[in-house]
Amino acid sequence: MRQVPTSSEDGCLELGGQISSNDTTEEFLGRTPGWFRDLWDYRELLFFLAWRDFRLRYRQTFLGIAWALIQPLFTMAVFTVLFGTVVKVPSDGMPHPVFYYAGLLPWIYFSSVVGLSAVSLISNASLITKVYFPRVFLPVSPPLTGLVDLGISSIMLIGLLLWYGVPFTWKLALWPGLVFLLFTLALSVGILLAASNVRYRDIKHALPLVIQLWLYATPIIYPLSLVPERFRTLVLLNPLTGIVEAFRASCSPTVSVNWLALVASVAVIGLLLVVSLFYFTKVEREFADIA
Amino acid sequence: MLREALVNLWSRDGTRGSSGGELWALNDVTFRIDKGEVLGLIGRNGAGKSTLLKILSRITYPTRGNVAVRGSVASLLEVGTGFHDELTGRENIYFSGSILGMLKSRVDAKLDAIIDFAGVSRFIDTPIKRYSSGMRLRLGFAVAAHLDSDVLLVDEVLAVGDGEFQKKCLQAMDNLHDSERTVIFVSHNLAAVEHLCSRAIWIDEGRLRTDGKPKEVIAAYMSTFGEARRHAVDLRDNTSRRGSGHIRYTKIEFLTPDGLSEPLICSGDSVVARLYFEAKERVENPIFGLEIHTQLGTLVAQLHTYNSGVDIPAIELGNGRMDLQIYDLNLTPGQYTISLFLANLGYMFHDVLQHCATLDVEPSSRYGFGRGVHGNPIISLGCSWHLSQNDKWLHPVMI
Repeated sequence: MRQVPTSSEDGCLELGGQISSNDTTEEFLGRTPGWFRDLWDYRELLFFLAWRDFRLRYRQTFLGIAWALIQPLFTMAVFTVLFGTVVKVPSDGMPHPVFYYAGLLPWIYFSSVVGLSAVSLISNASLITKVYFPRVFLPVSPPLTGLVDLGISSIMLIGLLLWYGVPFTWKLALWPGLVFLLFTLALSVGILLAASNVRYRDIKHALPLVIQLWLYATPIIYPLSLVPERFRTLVLLNPLTGIVEAFRASCSPTVSVNWLALVASVAVIGLLLVVSLFYFTKVEREFADIA
Repeated sequence: MLREALVNLWSRDGTRGSSGGELWALNDVTFRIDKGEVLGLIGRNGAGKSTLLKILSRITYPTRGNVAVRGSVASLLEVGTGFHDELTGRENIYFSGSILGMLKSRVDAKLDAIIDFAGVSRFIDTPIKRYSSGMRLRLGFAVAAHLDSDVLLVDEVLAVGDGEFQKKCLQAMDNLHDSERTVIFVSHNLAAVEHLCSRAIWIDEGRLRTDGKPKEVIAAYMSTFGEARRHAVDLRDNTSRRGSGHIRYTKIEFLTPDGLSEPLICSGDSVVARLYFEAKERVENPIFGLEIHTQLGTLVAQLHTYNSGVDIPAIELGNGRMDLQIYDLNLTPGQYTISLFLANLGYMFHDVLQHCATLDVEPSSRYGFGRGVHGNPIISLGCSWHLSQNDKWLHPVMI
């Protein structure tokens, strides 16, 4: 039996044999090296998480995946009647249903997915406190799962274009890129909110208000062309503006793509992604203690 | 933040906290485990064993110090990690396996073995919310038993489930010996640690006390129970009591029949429960009583002076004690709770203390260290077995 000396201040543990130099846990920007390698090693888990979220989303619903269509169609109908017919908001010369539907697709994806991401760490607290895995997968899973709904409702958009006789243009080829941008935006905002939500549960209460405000701040009910010139720059700082406008432009032969807005979106989204990952890796170590 | 500030304010004025400063869950813990070692981690509740396991699993991070691990790690801090009620058994196997670090290809290969091990093949495509708790446990352990990580961290998994399940777990743990795997195993079941581990570490108040052969470490650990009087509970500040209060229990203590402080109570031991009391006034015809319940609330025994035929005319004002000797405490290993009461002949209660103390009964050699227990028996009976064949006595098979 060996009595352990009590002189050393810090504990040091070693499991499973030899230490090699790259096993040490020196810190780099507050995150352990191998953070990205872990993402790769656990890549199957991300798939399983997204798959689980997808399985659970419409479980025990009668209409199932049809909800992916009902939600945007219903909102589109309300907007068309309310803003198209009653208030008579201009629609850049597009048919009102197409105008609203094309704007609602990215918006519904974004708002629903961010709401799920924001609570993802808290609602999976039992996992976080019992097993290690890259925590960032939890807020990333809803944006991944949401792509299925987005895909289904996009097919419906094609139907709408055919119905209203809108000719297809090359701009439809922008879709994969736009969806990728939208996904990256949702993921960044989701990661940021999820991480803050662990410590500040205020997020949960503030989020519905912010989402509501964000809807009005984005040209969804109205076209960007309606925004007075002096507020344009402000509206362009909203990363959703460029995306929504481009989604719309791709559904119209006459409206041209607002590249400036799109470039502004890309810049803001890039910044958001860096900030959210930085913040997440900074605080993720305490999740298990306070989740 | 505002809410926290208010809570802090309250606790500063109240009774909790603020006196001792910060508490280190672990400090000055240094050890190294080689490949293939099976390490048992023992220590009291709150000693820091679970925190250590969480740090090793990278679930939580140390404030200072570091951990170096070679190879993949799987942590079994509960049975059925990642299980979701709405998913089927099959889906849960994949999800749980994945979160515990198994590749899908491995789950594919082991799926039949896992389902077989769990014995749930008929219900494998049923959502597990319809499973019994036993089936859930079996499924969870079946996944765990097929992990292929280099390092396995196991926390008290054996403490849950029925006897059948515990036996299965012990067998699976036994198999770990043969593999090349490194295992760290936290348990209160000292007999299991001694049996399964090649080495043991005793953590006490966040520090590493001893490290060595399981037998020696367990002996050192057990020898401290006497001084610490684990089995003595002060009852004066118990607030959940009821009764008139004319006479009250102040302390309960478990001793050996010789009146020595009892370090460890094992199945079949003789023990003395020493009940200290204080009478605020003269009390006539009191009845002293003690009840033993299982953790699930089953009343195992009710011992009181009246049914033992002991009549006490009166207790005078002042302090005193009552010794209750229990001859063969033939309870199976586990934790039991003790309730106490003091009544008068009309069953008017002077003092009632529900579940005021716990009694940990440890496995003893007399009952095979709790080996091979099926179902969930409460009592064990002392016995011996004798085998004869063709009118010839074979060797007596005695324990």
